[in-house]
Amino acid sequence: MNNKLYSNLIFELSRPGRIGYSLPPCEVEAEGLDCLPATLRRDEAPELPEVDEQTVARHYTNMSNNNFGVDTGFYPLGSCTMKYNPKVNEEMAALPAFTQLHPAQPADTVQGALRLYWEEQQMLSEIAGLSEFTLNPYAGAHGELTGLMTIRAYHRSRGDEKRTKIIVPDSAHGTNPASAAVCGLQIVEVKSTARGTVDVEDLKPLLGDDIAGMMMTNPNTLGIFETEIPEIARLVHECGGLMYYDGANLNPMLGVCRPGDMGFDVMHINLHKTFSTPHGGGGPGDGPVGVRKGLEQFLPDPHVVRREDGTFALECRDGSLGSVSTFLGNYGIIVRAYAYLLSLGRDGFRMTGRLATLNANYIKERLKSHYLLPIEGLCKHEFVFDGLRPEYGGDHHDDSHVTTLDVAKSLLDLGFHAPTIYFPLLFHEALMIEPTETESKDTLDAFIDAMLSIAERAKEDPASVKAAPHHTPIRRADDVKAVKDAIFKYGG
Amino acid sequence: MQHRYFPHTEEDIRQMLEVIGVKSLDDLYAEVPEELKLGRDLDLPEGKSEAEIRRIFAGLSAQNRHLVCFAGAGSYDHYTPSLVPYITSRSEFSTSYTPYQAEISQGTLAYIFEYQMMMARLTGLDVSNASMYDGATATAEAMMMMTAAARKKNRVLLSSTLPQRVLDVCQTYTSYHGTEVTLIPAKNGLTDRKAISEALAAGDVAGVIVPQPNRYGIVEDFTGLADELHGQKAFLSVSGPASPLGVLKSPGAWGADIACGDAQSLGIPLGYGGPYIGYFCATNALIRKMPGRIVGQTEDKDGRRAFVLTMQAREQHIRREKATSNICTAQGMMCLYVAAYLSLMGARGLQEVNETSAKGAHYLCKALVDSGKFELTYPQPFLNEFRLTCKAAKPADLISHAAEAGFLAGVKDGEDGLILCVTELRTKEEMDQLVELLTK
Repeated sequence: MNNKLYSNLIFELSRPGRIGYSLPPCEVEAEGLDCLPATLRRDEAPELPEVDEQTVARHYTNMSNNNFGVDTGFYPLGSCTMKYNPKVNEEMAALPAFTQLHPAQPADTVQGALRLYWEEQQMLSEIAGLSEFTLNPYAGAHGELTGLMTIRAYHRSRGDEKRTKIIVPDSAHGTNPASAAVCGLQIVEVKSTARGTVDVEDLKPLLGDDIAGMMMTNPNTLGIFETEIPEIARLVHECGGLMYYDGANLNPMLGVCRPGDMGFDVMHINLHKTFSTPHGGGGPGDGPVGVRKGLEQFLPDPHVVRREDGTFALECRDGSLGSVSTFLGNYGIIVRAYAYLLSLGRDGFRMTGRLATLNANYIKERLKSHYLLPIEGLCKHEFVFDGLRPEYGGDHHDDSHVTTLDVAKSLLDLGFHAPTIYFPLLFHEALMIEPTETESKDTLDAFIDAMLSIAERAKEDPASVKAAPHHTPIRRADDVKAVKDAIFKYGG
Repeated sequence: MQHRYFPHTEEDIRQMLEVIGVKSLDDLYAEVPEELKLGRDLDLPEGKSEAEIRRIFAGLSAQNRHLVCFAGAGSYDHYTPSLVPYITSRSEFSTSYTPYQAEISQGTLAYIFEYQMMMARLTGLDVSNASMYDGATATAEAMMMMTAAARKKNRVLLSSTLPQRVLDVCQTYTSYHGTEVTLIPAKNGLTDRKAISEALAAGDVAGVIVPQPNRYGIVEDFTGLADELHGQKAFLSVSGPASPLGVLKSPGAWGADIACGDAQSLGIPLGYGGPYIGYFCATNALIRKMPGRIVGQTEDKDGRRAFVLTMQAREQHIRREKATSNICTAQGMMCLYVAAYLSLMGARGLQEVNETSAKGAHYLCKALVDSGKFELTYPQPFLNEFRLTCKAAKPADLISHAAEAGFLAGVKDGEDGLILCVTELRTKEEMDQLVELLTK
């Protein structure tokens, strides 16, 4: 139902002479831009749109109709934890008492803001079973980088400069090795067993006095709990390394089993996954980093501390790894997560992980007749199919078979977001499904019906599945052309 | 238990457990070793109703004080048009994921494309990425990218006139990443060009990062700098807040290879430091070394214009440990803030914002200097921010005195310096009141 005119780019709606703003008149007589020599000023005004306010409103409203959000429908993206984003979080984050604060304000004028930060880091410490959190990192990948810097700062403080390698499972999220590389660490890959868990026998020979630590997520990217985690942590600690927990998959563990109790020393949390803040079409998120007792001093500056008199202050510490952000991270996201922590509380967190796990296992059991389940048994928050079963859509070795991409695109036609596809890399046709706890049985049943109907259609009329989607705002886009004839600007 | 965020009825749970073939929710964790299980409830307060949450936030809000803002230092109190937060709060945008499924993400992809194009035009460079976390991390990424693009050269020169927080973050990154950094001293409030020439002689310099405007609000003159660097096969990066790009000579016009900084000044609220948005633009020659996502234009199978995430071969999920950056998604929603702001303001609005801010800053500066209690530390051209040397009182005392009266009188710089900023939102009355407070 989109309007063709307003669906153009904003540049195409521009007409010379139109304006969309109003500013108060300048009240003072003084030199302005004239005091700058001409060599320091622009020769020509930048080419920005000239549009009236209503045109901007209609343009972006039409654009929004081409988008699919969690509020639109079910979003079973594996490893992304697309749970409901509560609106009270948004209401609290929009309070002027928070949005109007300048980061340079004296501490006695921002006691409410500092208290919120401090209380949130206390709550996350309890949830994770660790001693202290910084909320300064901006995102999951930024949290990983900060966590790895923490590990390096710890080794350096002991004069142990030779620990330059980090162990990463072959099933890890791509950011793990990339973060390690940016942190100046070399990656040592450990293999997975046939069940997709870390191969302890493959790990043993990798351990030595050059190992800074090991990065893991538990449950892993296949949604499987690594039952040998106590032994793995013992081995890594024995060789002098630290254990890093990638919090991308924390959701099913909430209120059941804590990373600190599993033997992890450092971890990051994604507030935009586990703690319900919106993903925003790719940020802003926030990636708090927590540490066990004895590692607090290495966390990045500035720290928020509570003084003996009960007031709150900012502090920089000797031994800190430095600063990784301009100020206290994506503070507005931290506010949203605090509202969520208050909403759930002790009783809510008793159910979150369990219901997320219930939902994932329910889908898995109901779809494994039509989709290939490479690893049987209980999963946690997510699981991975290796595409359609051969009897639905053909053998994977046959080029004409119906692929995971085809299934994903068919789901779009039926009003569902696609699962994560082609990750993890352990399977050729990976289809990774994570429903989260905020989805009802009715929603899951509707999704299951859709997935079954696609499988039946793949058997009967594979061409129609391969041509999907048919009813979306655009059809399959030409990714090759986007690289070959790269266009980054309208009008050249 | 029932909770407004959990739709499961007891009957639902019973039926689902039966399909799975286990007896209870706890049995879903049968494989987890008992000694790892918490075995108790988390030590958190009971869950709260919305009304209680509002009450708790009202209590916290009462412990924050709104001050009339004369501080900048990376966070600028500019006007945000009403339409901007209205559009960005549409949940079709805010509750969506990174636009991997292009067919149902054209809204996100189109506004990022528009944002990229606006930033490319403002910086005078060829291509923008889809955002970084903030200005400081964007500058640190520019540092790492220059060493990656220059291959065997591993040294980056950072001007010490860059804001302190930007320098701090760059120093942190470099101490782990392994880039070597040399700090170029300041001379009379400007980057010491002679020190750059001397450092270049060693032949190991991958690039230089200079600020615009700099930490003291001064607009620096980079005439001849790009030619000198390119002659030595070194890159030039210019780092600064985005709003002044509307009126100052662009990084591209100075001959820069990279422009980066914070775009908070384009309509994003102060928000106690975040979320903001780092911008990052470069020349076409460097596109394959750019960090972050990039949106490009293509066609769908029916030949219609379509936007997609492109050039992904650069990115961490493909290159893993060979990636030059670990950035995946950054500040997506803030691109929409900037795109909507720039659509409404246009070049004229941006010009007016900067003109009114600059006039206010020069008015305030003159009034304070005329009092005899301050002097302009560096006699250099400035835009909307300036550093004063305090002759009659300590900056920290002035700031707390002003705060009691409801004013944020800039930020302290060293023992005797106060850096003040004026935007178009400050009235003459507020400026006169501040002068009164600081000079009486």
